[in-house]
Amino acid sequence: MALPNYASPLERIWHYAYLVICALIFLFLIAPILVVIPLSFNAEPYFTFTPRMLALDPEGYSLRWYDKLLTFGMQNPDAPRDLSWWADVWENSKWVNAAKNSFIIGIFATILATGFGTLAALGLSRPEMPFRRAIMAILISPMIVPIIITATGLFFFYSSIKISHWSIFGWEIPYLGIILAHATLGIPFVIITVTATLVGFDQSLNRAAANLGADPRTTFFRITMPLILPGVISGALFAFVTSFDEVVVVLFVGALDEQTIPRQMWNGIREQISPAILSVATILVVISVALLTTVELLRRRSERLRGVTPG
Amino acid sequence: MKKILIVSTALAGFTAFAATAEEINVMSWGGAYTKSQVEAYGKPFTAETGIKVNWIDADNPATPIKAQVEAGNVSIDVADVEYSDAVRLCDEGLLEEIDKAMLPPAPDGTPAEEDFIEGALTDCGVANIVWSTVVAYNKENLNGTPTTIADFFDLEKFPGKRGLRKSAKATLEMALEADGVPASEVYEVLSTPEGVDRAFAKLDTIKDQIVWWEAGAQPPQLLADGEVVMSTAYNGRIFNAAVAEGQPLEILWDGQILDFDLFVIPKGAPNKENALKFLAFATDTKRLADQASWISYGPARKSSSSMVGKFMDGKTDMGPHMPTAPENMKNALVNDYEFWVDHDAELNERFNAWLAQ
Amino acid sequence: MSTQTPADPHVAVVATAGGVEDGPLVMADGTSLKQALRKSQSRARRRAFLLVLPLLAFVVLTFIVPIGQLLKRSVYSPNFHENMPALVAWFDASPPGTVPDESAYAALVADLRLLKKTKKAGLVGTRVNYELPGSRSLFTKGARKAEKLEPPYREALLKLDPRWGDPALWQVMRSAASPYTMNFYLAAVDLKRDSDGSIVRVEENRRVYLMLFGRTLALSLLITFLALVLAYPIAHLLATLPLRKSNLLMILVLLPFWTSLLVRTTSWMVLLQSQGVINDALVALGIIGDDGRIQMMYNKIGTVIAMTHILLPFMVLPLYSVMRTINPSYVRAARNLGATSWTAFRRIYFPQTVPGIGAGALLVFILAVGYYITPALVGGSDGTLISNLIAFHIQKSLNWSLAAALAALLLAGILVLYWLYDRLVGIDNLKLG
Repeated sequence: MALPNYASPLERIWHYAYLVICALIFLFLIAPILVVIPLSFNAEPYFTFTPRMLALDPEGYSLRWYDKLLTFGMQNPDAPRDLSWWADVWENSKWVNAAKNSFIIGIFATILATGFGTLAALGLSRPEMPFRRAIMAILISPMIVPIIITATGLFFFYSSIKISHWSIFGWEIPYLGIILAHATLGIPFVIITVTATLVGFDQSLNRAAANLGADPRTTFFRITMPLILPGVISGALFAFVTSFDEVVVVLFVGALDEQTIPRQMWNGIREQISPAILSVATILVVISVALLTTVELLRRRSERLRGVTPG
Repeated sequence: MKKILIVSTALAGFTAFAATAEEINVMSWGGAYTKSQVEAYGKPFTAETGIKVNWIDADNPATPIKAQVEAGNVSIDVADVEYSDAVRLCDEGLLEEIDKAMLPPAPDGTPAEEDFIEGALTDCGVANIVWSTVVAYNKENLNGTPTTIADFFDLEKFPGKRGLRKSAKATLEMALEADGVPASEVYEVLSTPEGVDRAFAKLDTIKDQIVWWEAGAQPPQLLADGEVVMSTAYNGRIFNAAVAEGQPLEILWDGQILDFDLFVIPKGAPNKENALKFLAFATDTKRLADQASWISYGPARKSSSSMVGKFMDGKTDMGPHMPTAPENMKNALVNDYEFWVDHDAELNERFNAWLAQ
Repeated sequence: MSTQTPADPHVAVVATAGGVEDGPLVMADGTSLKQALRKSQSRARRRAFLLVLPLLAFVVLTFIVPIGQLLKRSVYSPNFHENMPALVAWFDASPPGTVPDESAYAALVADLRLLKKTKKAGLVGTRVNYELPGSRSLFTKGARKAEKLEPPYREALLKLDPRWGDPALWQVMRSAASPYTMNFYLAAVDLKRDSDGSIVRVEENRRVYLMLFGRTLALSLLITFLALVLAYPIAHLLATLPLRKSNLLMILVLLPFWTSLLVRTTSWMVLLQSQGVINDALVALGIIGDDGRIQMMYNKIGTVIAMTHILLPFMVLPLYSVMRTINPSYVRAARNLGATSWTAFRRIYFPQTVPGIGAGALLVFILAVGYYITPALVGGSDGTLISNLIAFHIQKSLNWSLAAALAALLLAGILVLYWLYDRLVGIDNLKLG
């Protein structure tokens, strides 16, 4: 993107203007995400930078909103912070409970989506796969169909089959409806990422393995699996994030006491938007940075393994 | 001896487990109001019976319970709803009928049916509070003091955003009152198509200045944040924000609209027996009086009134903050539940069409 | 998984073909090669299909079936049919256009009495009210007083409320007597049946849906356009920078993509509210007065800004992957041949990016049309989209059939766009970072 030295002055001006425009657009992309981080340390219950914050006065900052995440919903928030206080947090804090639920739902939904999805991606990327295009279209559709339609359909469907009363040995399976729905929403991501790693997959590797005497099982675990693993993991992470961030289905089909982080945030944003929401947001941003880094590293590794030049 | 000890602790552990296994789901309006119910009804109820109470928030519990019963998937045992909704849902067969004989009598032995304020008991509901929709304002953000409901609609005298509940109920009445209809004629006017047009025409004059709220916790927040300068609100929420949290909020009692909130049991509630127990417990004389010390809503029993004292801070007299205080009743309108039972569907439909236009 | 491992179907053939010398190619077991190939191919097809089958079954069960049920609900509304047996029988017996006689009113009164007993007056009234606003109370009131009515029933009912004689009411009841109806689709586009059965537009103060479909379309187009304008320069920058630098900058695009939607919406609320960061900054800089704070939230502006931000990565990524493949020497050649940089861009570079624009724009548009969360939180009343109205009818008004009809219309639009996307871009080319 360097400017050629024959560029005219006008072109030079345009070039620098262009860079400034790009910088502004990047700022537009990233600033809203970063702005919540300092605000979550606000000592005052406001959503804006206080003069003391701007003066970088340590008094203007505090961890009180993070503390609020722990204490909100507790039985005895003011008790001395010993073991029983922490037990109280673990048992009763609304945000901690929401986090627990989000993780349980996210993990099971991810397992379902990744298991079924990887298997299907293997089938879909075979040249012999019949009706490939049509099936692919169906499997990707949960990503395309507006979530409100999916949630509405599930609301009627789950009520009609009374899924909330389904039980194993008298134990009503909690979150079953949400887990199944989130798995469905995560599937397109798994399919896309795994088929993407399989696109460059050299089928002759399998053949070579078979020629060398490996049975299909060995071939799969020693050859195919290591090569598609980065795709599978990225797909799983996508599926997890999809579930972890999903609120509409939870609002429509979740039992009223089934709180998740996004649902708790949703309620908070609609009702009493307190800076505590910003501290949750900050934590979620940190998590997404970690996930993004993981996926990027995996992508590069996968490209290296497959010998595809990154691009 | 040691063995006995082990057995007894095991038993104690078991009974404790069995006790906590029993629970009911109660749906209410969230925020300061639910908190008052948790303190006055929920905690003592659990202490006495061992039945755990799960409180679930809703913007207006009538809607989710109707959806639950119609979808055939009920998880709520008790819900706190407005008068017209209690009657409407009962008419539609969505609520359990409640035998009033099971309600405890007043301390002096007066039977419950006589002790409750007139109209507080319906086929399917038992009232717990009298509350009202009022106009509230932030005195720091408003130049001058509004004195009548008409000031709410006067953008010249009091410029700034207005908060209004996203619902036809109370909104249309206030619009008519502000347009000069006396309280006694509001429902008569509103029964005619011209009256409805007139109410919407009045609302049109401030439409682009309105911020709509749905949850009762929103208006105090909107006022405190300065997002609006005036808002309709439930009076108890404003009281709590002003007295308990020290926000500079004031209530304009002129044009307030009084209503009951009733406890109802949705048809097919999973724990009906315990729900009835809770209902009887929560609406006895003492509990209703207790609630009034947490939030400024009037108890629905006559015998509770005399027991209402001070707010939780120990110094604020609750009396003058009640919507039923004579001072506050000068230009009050009592919600006509029959009107809303019959017109709720069509007026809300019209309201939503108007909102989207 | 191990029983269905990918074994190459050609392996068997390759392994045994070596032993064949001449004549028609045959396998070791004597079958012809052609047959064996076909057999092994169909086996491979079956295997591939078996791998996909569990997922397909899962998606059909948890996704396709519920949506099918939703569609059924848009044409199926049995409340009247199930609760008004006598009147339904009368409608069945008398052809359309029959003026309701005393027997019809007798049936009506019998049903009203039944409603009082079954407590379904509200349900039936609500069903009729959907098509004839204001008539719900007729049924609740009628059921309450039905016991006391005496023949002749026609006069008795008309005395109770003259609206019982309204031909429009009878027309609606006749149509409601059948559990299947297309009327919710009519309502979803602001149409209704007149008393004589012809289709007309609803009263002006009740027309909302077409306007909302229009607004959804217009805002989605605007958002798509804004996203394109913002995405184009940075995608170009990313595609032309050296890889090391562009990978770093790419993170700025991918981070929003990975960040929770609710977090991003919250951020915009913090920035846009009238006591928020942007307004505060403008006041501090003296650009606006303290009482001149700009309303950027709870309206269209908030919806457009936040959604553009949220959907921007979906535009950048496809653009980037197309621009990456454009050979820079074409532009250089054009410049060498005397084109100005603008001409070179317009005639050479831009046309090559059109596939990327198509892919990104379609994707962003599809996602925008069905958006729910962001408009619900920052949209106020004039920034809400059709999705919000569907949610409203599901959760608040409980007019589920109308919600289903609106959802079906939205779905139909999306599926057309999806089909278009598949034809033009190919779903396989969907990439995620």
